[in-house]
Amino acid sequence: MDLWFSEYHAEGVRLSIKVAKQLHSEQSDFQQIDVFDSEEFGRFLTLDGFMMLTERDEFIYHDMIVHVPLAVNPEIRKVLVIGAGDGGAVRELCRYKYIEKIDLVEIDQRVVEISKQYLPSTACSFDDERLSIYYQDGLKFIRKCYDFYDLIIVDSTDPFGPGEDLFTKEFYGNCFKALTDYGIMVNQHESPFYKNDANAMQRAHKRITETFPISKVYQAHIPTYPSGHWLFGFASKKLHPINDLNPASWNSLGLDTRYYNTQLHYGCFALPTYVEEMLRNVENEKE
Amino acid sequence: MNLNQNRAPIKDALEEFASRRVVPFDVPGHKRGRANKELTDFLGKQCMSIDVNSMKPLDNICHPVSVIAEAEKLAAAAFNARNAFFMVGGTTSSVQAMIFATTKCGDKLILPRNVHRSVINALVLNGAVPVYVNPKVNRGLGISLGMSLEDVKKAIAENPDAKAILVNNPTYYGICSNLKEICRIAHENNMLVLADEAHGTHFYFGENLPVCAMNAGADFASVSMHKSGGSLTQSSFLLTGENVSEGYVRKVINLTQTTSGSYLLMSSLDISRKNLALNGKEIFKKIAELAEYARDEINQISDYYAYSKEIINGDSVFDFDITKLAINTLETGLAGIEVYDLLRDDYDIQVEFGDIGNILAYISVGDRERDLERLVGALSEIRRRFKRPGTGMLTQEYIEPIVEKSPQEAFYASKTSLPLKETIGRVSCEFVMCYPPGIPVLAPGESITADIIEYIMYAKEKGCFMMGPEDEAIERINVIH
Repeated sequence: MDLWFSEYHAEGVRLSIKVAKQLHSEQSDFQQIDVFDSEEFGRFLTLDGFMMLTERDEFIYHDMIVHVPLAVNPEIRKVLVIGAGDGGAVRELCRYKYIEKIDLVEIDQRVVEISKQYLPSTACSFDDERLSIYYQDGLKFIRKCYDFYDLIIVDSTDPFGPGEDLFTKEFYGNCFKALTDYGIMVNQHESPFYKNDANAMQRAHKRITETFPISKVYQAHIPTYPSGHWLFGFASKKLHPINDLNPASWNSLGLDTRYYNTQLHYGCFALPTYVEEMLRNVENEKE
Repeated sequence: MNLNQNRAPIKDALEEFASRRVVPFDVPGHKRGRANKELTDFLGKQCMSIDVNSMKPLDNICHPVSVIAEAEKLAAAAFNARNAFFMVGGTTSSVQAMIFATTKCGDKLILPRNVHRSVINALVLNGAVPVYVNPKVNRGLGISLGMSLEDVKKAIAENPDAKAILVNNPTYYGICSNLKEICRIAHENNMLVLADEAHGTHFYFGENLPVCAMNAGADFASVSMHKSGGSLTQSSFLLTGENVSEGYVRKVINLTQTTSGSYLLMSSLDISRKNLALNGKEIFKKIAELAEYARDEINQISDYYAYSKEIINGDSVFDFDITKLAINTLETGLAGIEVYDLLRDDYDIQVEFGDIGNILAYISVGDRERDLERLVGALSEIRRRFKRPGTGMLTQEYIEPIVEKSPQEAFYASKTSLPLKETIGRVSCEFVMCYPPGIPVLAPGESITADIIEYIMYAKEKGCFMMGPEDEAIERINVIH
């Protein structure tokens, strides 16, 4: 059998993974959800044909979206995660014993259910008693929160589907309002390389910069995402991702991580020149 | 004739025609798109291939005898009208046709002042004289309402020679007058009733909506299929009732309508009529639910007021169209037009219009709940970021007109151009309006007052898109010499 999953990363570029078996396929109320098994990447989840995670490289994404903000502010107690129905971000958050409350807002209940069934390595902390799951629109949920969360993690899909809301100025503004004074928002920030991703990345950065006084971008290498070069946004009211980092404090927690470490933390905010330029261009546009 | 609403005769004829692969030695000169590659790439082959000329198998809009005639019969049946006419010059052309069919130079037409510009334009063209019924006003919301029955009766008593009464069903904001009763009184006095249903297509299909003109007994209705009906922009229906001569109306339509009716527009009317006849009830139920949901959420933000049936008062607000999402913004200290601009510039959300005190978000079956969440989320953010004390907000939306001359007389009079402030006390030769909604602040033949000048300057300052006068900057107005 010669069965391949292919995703277009750009109009003339695609990444293909040889599929051993398709484990699941359904159209939910919101999107097409598929789970495949493969020799090289293990099981992987796609939404509307776009790669969400593979068992092989998901640790990179989840390390970076969770540990970076937690290392900057050890006082984080209340966390809101938007998207992330696969459970990977929740798994990493649950490792911090001092976190008191984790709210997960996922629009599509089927993503959570399918992840529980087929992706036990990420969907392993849904029973944690600190966790509450809300199946609703992220923008609607956040609209009603004021000065409450210490950290908001926006683990969205691309801005061309149900995740569209989570790249809007009204969403970022509502997050700002929902955060405490020392609050941080971390978001999936697309990629700088291919044109469509890069446009989405610039638009997101512009809107976040207009909303938060501190808005920085950091990077990671994620093999199955378009171009492999992926960005995250770090936005906050007061805390600076480098100046306020306390490596000793985070290291004393003794968390075992395969991608993140505090040296990498300093390094990941150092961006290639062309990316710096793209960010600067939209920063200068701001009113 | 087979009046099964599943049929779409114009569409069927176009498909049949395409399958015959006829060699075109007629217009249009783009020859199914082959002559203009860039245009065909942009609009698509399918679109270009049905942009064809009137011919025997496809009928002719000026004198329908086959497929257009059938499609018009189907539309008439779907809308409970005696006759339906396919219109391709926008609902403006429908409104003009019903006025031209009922009045001539010097005849009186009773109408509310908050009509669309197309109504007064028609009077400029045919010389009929307006008798305005001042609509009631809701001062808190800053909007004009419907006509009260007493005012209509008074206008009829004072003008027993008037030929017809024109009624907005509903207004842009979704407000209906007591159309049934107006029809009854008008007919008792030998006057016809013309309904401007530019915003009322859905009344014919949805449930729990205000009464539609044909069911209320009106003689004419202009229906914007391209608004809530889902057909292409510029396509529209003119509907007529029992006592209206089909042949005469057709003759009047042909005075001004193109002889090259677009088959894109006509097929879109045909297919949309079919869709509404088959699925309209469900579609408008869904829209009403979306609008209700958005209203509830917006009213929880505080300072915004998304109004609904609670403003019904039995007379000037006889009924309210719950599919309309009109939102008063004044308590936020922001003019509607300012919220409208912020939504577009800061949040990439385009709403239908903003005026001094309100915005109107147009909800259709194409909307998704998450789009409404964006609208609600953005309104909440705008309030958080920009709320200011509401003092000094102008709320008066309706200014009673002082009619000195007929619109035609004033439009064609010998004129002089004066700076805005110097026009007070003079008679205007021009329109001034915010667009949308396109309801004139000033119409030809009306006396210019200090209130009108203040309103124009305030609306300009707040960023309303104003139009009408020859001077596009609206610093000068042409007045009668």
